[in-house]
Amino acid sequence: MTESNNFTNNEKEEQMTTSHVTPSSLSSVASARAVRQPGTEMLGNGLETRGVHAWFGKKHVLSDVTLDFAAGTVTALIGPSGCGKSTFLRTLNRMHEFIPTAAMAGEVLLDGKDIYSPDTDVTKIRLRVGMVFQKPNPFPSMTIGENVLSGLKLAQLKRKNTDELLESCLIRAGLWNEVKDRLGEHGGALSGGQQQRLCIARSLAVEPQVLLMDEPCSALDPGSTFRIEETIADLAKTMTIIIVTHNMQQAARVSDYTAFFLSDGGPGEMIEAAPTSRIFSSPQDKRTEDYVTGRFG
Amino acid sequence: MSVELKERAAPPSPREITTKPRRSDQIFRLVVTIGGMASLVILGLIALFLSLKGAHVLVDEKMGFITGSAWEAITDETGNISESNFGIGAMLVGTMLCALIAVLVGVPISVLTALYLTFYANGKVKKFLISVIDLMAAFPSLLFGFWGFIVFMSSAEYWAKLINKYLGFIPIFDVPAPVFERAPFIAGLVLAIMIIPIVTAISREIFDQTPLDRIQAAYALGATKLAMIKAVVIPFGRGGIIGGAMLGLGRAMGETVAVYTVLNIVYQINWQVLFGAGGNVASLILLKFGEAGPYEVDALMAAGLILFLLTLLVNAAADVLINRFGGKGR
Amino acid sequence: MNKAIPMPQKPWQPSGADKVKSLLIVLAAFVLAGASVELTGLNGKLGFFFSLFISLLVLNFSFHYFKRGTAAAKDALLQVLAVMAIVITLIPIVSIVATVFSKGYKGLHWGILTKDMALASVNDPIASGGLLHALVGTILMVGGALIISFPIGVLTALYLTEIRGSLTRPIKFLVQAMSGVPSIVAGLFILSSLVYPVTKELSGLMGSLALTILMIPTIARTAEEMLRLIPNELREAGVALGGTQWRTVAGVVLPAAKSGLVTAIILGVARIIGETAPILLVSGGGDSLNLNPTEGAMGSLPFYIWKAFLTSGTPESLARAWAGMLVLLSFIFILFGMARYISGRKVG
Repeated sequence: MTESNNFTNNEKEEQMTTSHVTPSSLSSVASARAVRQPGTEMLGNGLETRGVHAWFGKKHVLSDVTLDFAAGTVTALIGPSGCGKSTFLRTLNRMHEFIPTAAMAGEVLLDGKDIYSPDTDVTKIRLRVGMVFQKPNPFPSMTIGENVLSGLKLAQLKRKNTDELLESCLIRAGLWNEVKDRLGEHGGALSGGQQQRLCIARSLAVEPQVLLMDEPCSALDPGSTFRIEETIADLAKTMTIIIVTHNMQQAARVSDYTAFFLSDGGPGEMIEAAPTSRIFSSPQDKRTEDYVTGRFG
Repeated sequence: MSVELKERAAPPSPREITTKPRRSDQIFRLVVTIGGMASLVILGLIALFLSLKGAHVLVDEKMGFITGSAWEAITDETGNISESNFGIGAMLVGTMLCALIAVLVGVPISVLTALYLTFYANGKVKKFLISVIDLMAAFPSLLFGFWGFIVFMSSAEYWAKLINKYLGFIPIFDVPAPVFERAPFIAGLVLAIMIIPIVTAISREIFDQTPLDRIQAAYALGATKLAMIKAVVIPFGRGGIIGGAMLGLGRAMGETVAVYTVLNIVYQINWQVLFGAGGNVASLILLKFGEAGPYEVDALMAAGLILFLLTLLVNAAADVLINRFGGKGR
Repeated sequence: MNKAIPMPQKPWQPSGADKVKSLLIVLAAFVLAGASVELTGLNGKLGFFFSLFISLLVLNFSFHYFKRGTAAAKDALLQVLAVMAIVITLIPIVSIVATVFSKGYKGLHWGILTKDMALASVNDPIASGGLLHALVGTILMVGGALIISFPIGVLTALYLTEIRGSLTRPIKFLVQAMSGVPSIVAGLFILSSLVYPVTKELSGLMGSLALTILMIPTIARTAEEMLRLIPNELREAGVALGGTQWRTVAGVVLPAAKSGLVTAIILGVARIIGETAPILLVSGGGDSLNLNPTEGAMGSLPFYIWKAFLTSGTPESLARAWAGMLVLLSFIFILFGMARYISGRKVG
């Protein structure tokens, strides 16, 4: 039950361009970003968590999750509803604390530094760890173009080549061809799948190292889902992706690693984490096996 | 499994379902509808009776009623009116002036207070503050008027003097004579204090309704609270806030006793907010009512009619804005 | 392997050090304000508060600018403005309540609730005369207004929530419009429609009618909100049991909304209890106890206060006025407390 969950670089060596691994200070990450083209270089060193717990008031909802996410990998978090996957996801970009009764314990390390340490600037953390939500939420008061660049405005970031950035983010999100002639229209005119891709493009504009996705396709039709899964594969070339999904087939399709969460009435725990192929073909824990073979869920 | 494609028949059209209501329900609906129409009836009656009494004065004075600023009736020996000159022009200007000051001062404070209550305060403190402000909305205007006159006047007068000293080069802040007591400025401030609870309550309700998913989207992109408010809350609530401001404006325009005690009624159009002269329509009615003869009473009715129509207009606009708030931001 | 569960923490909340820093900034602002008052021409309370305001803004902005950049600095600025706004909002409330209690206290005496002013004038020593007539008058007039406003208000609310016919938007709009009618216009209306043509004298009944116009919108709006809170499942249950709409409303919805309707009454009463203008126009205000609403001028608390203030040549009359205001305000406090208590006890 406590096997090592540390996904070392060995297993992903052939996919990573180690020549551009940046040191962990903020300034060098920023300067590295400033000189390169968006969407071509690996960002950051992934994310690590150590003993993360979460509470809502007195209710212990997540227990002792220690999990590492290597740069350039896609990790799926699976498990039945209510076992803390989304809560865990929200501790990774400090959105958990918006709920008034929320409390946590443990460490979340981005480039080696705990994002919960007292002197961190939380808005900067959220720039580096982005999030796409279950229900697409573009800003209705902004046009499509403004939506994509809204992250820059909100964080007061100055960029010189915003048009180029706009185009590249939309291309990477797989939406450019559909909206390139109507960037001045309002975000609400798009279909659900298009809105979600718009939200993905929006998160990309601030160049995050890690992208968190909370069941991004559960409100969408299969066609849009397929396109977004393609996008995920493409994005993984330059960042770390962590996706919560209820759909095991999706986990099998998109992820390199999968972590299985379960709650037996108490706090949710991470039962097992392994490369995706192994977790579906030969899971180590009986509960994992029961879940992936559909005996419950 | 056969893969024949059968031609799908067109779906049937929906059945019309009607219910004949029972007698008791019919009566119930009738009674409730009549009760609900009471507001229409009352408003209509108000307009009717005020017009009946006041119309002839409007006909006599014509436009002069609205633009003229004298208010006098000269009677001859038998007590009949030989000449009369009724104009509420000065009072209309006074009404608008005091109400505008109230809105300019009160609305920003209310919006900021509502922002504080929605996004910065929490727990018991928040509940307590909301109760206190709601309670203030229930204070009688009489209380504001007398507090304004007895306690607040001296401070407000001092501020008026200061503004005149440093900003007197701007025409509206100039005064023909150094009489600062009982000026529209002071009445405006008292009215501002009166409308703050109302506008705060409306703004707070609107801010509360801001969709959470948009707020989260903004924070997830690394926004500070200010950036989030600017990008999400304000576009969403803009229309409603303006509607709330107009409600406050309507309240300030119709206020009687608070203005009466604080403002010095003088029949002369006065734009200079710091100068102690002015008046508003409502307080004029109150002042003149006690000793008015029949013709003058009708003139007061006409004045009341105009005030009624004005506040109706402002409230109607406010209603439209509050119920369709945001538009694009929705 | 059983690991000990760590203590839940909230590392995002301001640490002790952060709180101390904020406090230091506030103190520094006070010092800066004091210094600028000394050095420049600004004087008095206003000068100090003005410079305090500016200092707080400047210091907060600079501190956060150097710590985290412009975005954080602007954010801190908004926070300061929001806090100042609530402080500015609270100051008049505190001042008003403090004034009423401190000045009104002097006018209180044991007989205040049991005597009227028939044999005393406002300038007499405090102990003679009281506000019995005013109190009774207010109770009678408010009661009369309630008898008419409550049914109409509730019927209006029922139309909006239960029947929801095609007139819903117009009626909602009309209720809103009616709530904006200036109180003096309500008085003028009763004057022109009833007093002049029909009764030709001022009376308590006329006062009730004028107050009704002001009360209906409050009751209608509050009742509507309370009825909306009743879950639809209750209505569906009633109908599913075979009840007609009328029986469902009368037997299920209204009883469930009981506490909400009581709240509507309380808020309606609080709304009109202090209204002065219409009363001045149509009820006059006698000095002696008048129990007959249809005959003769009837006193009321607002009129009593009004008269005492306007004829205030002496400290006695002023004290009477404030005492009357104290009684009125106490009523409003009690009414509000009751409304809060009732809504707090409502079953969710």
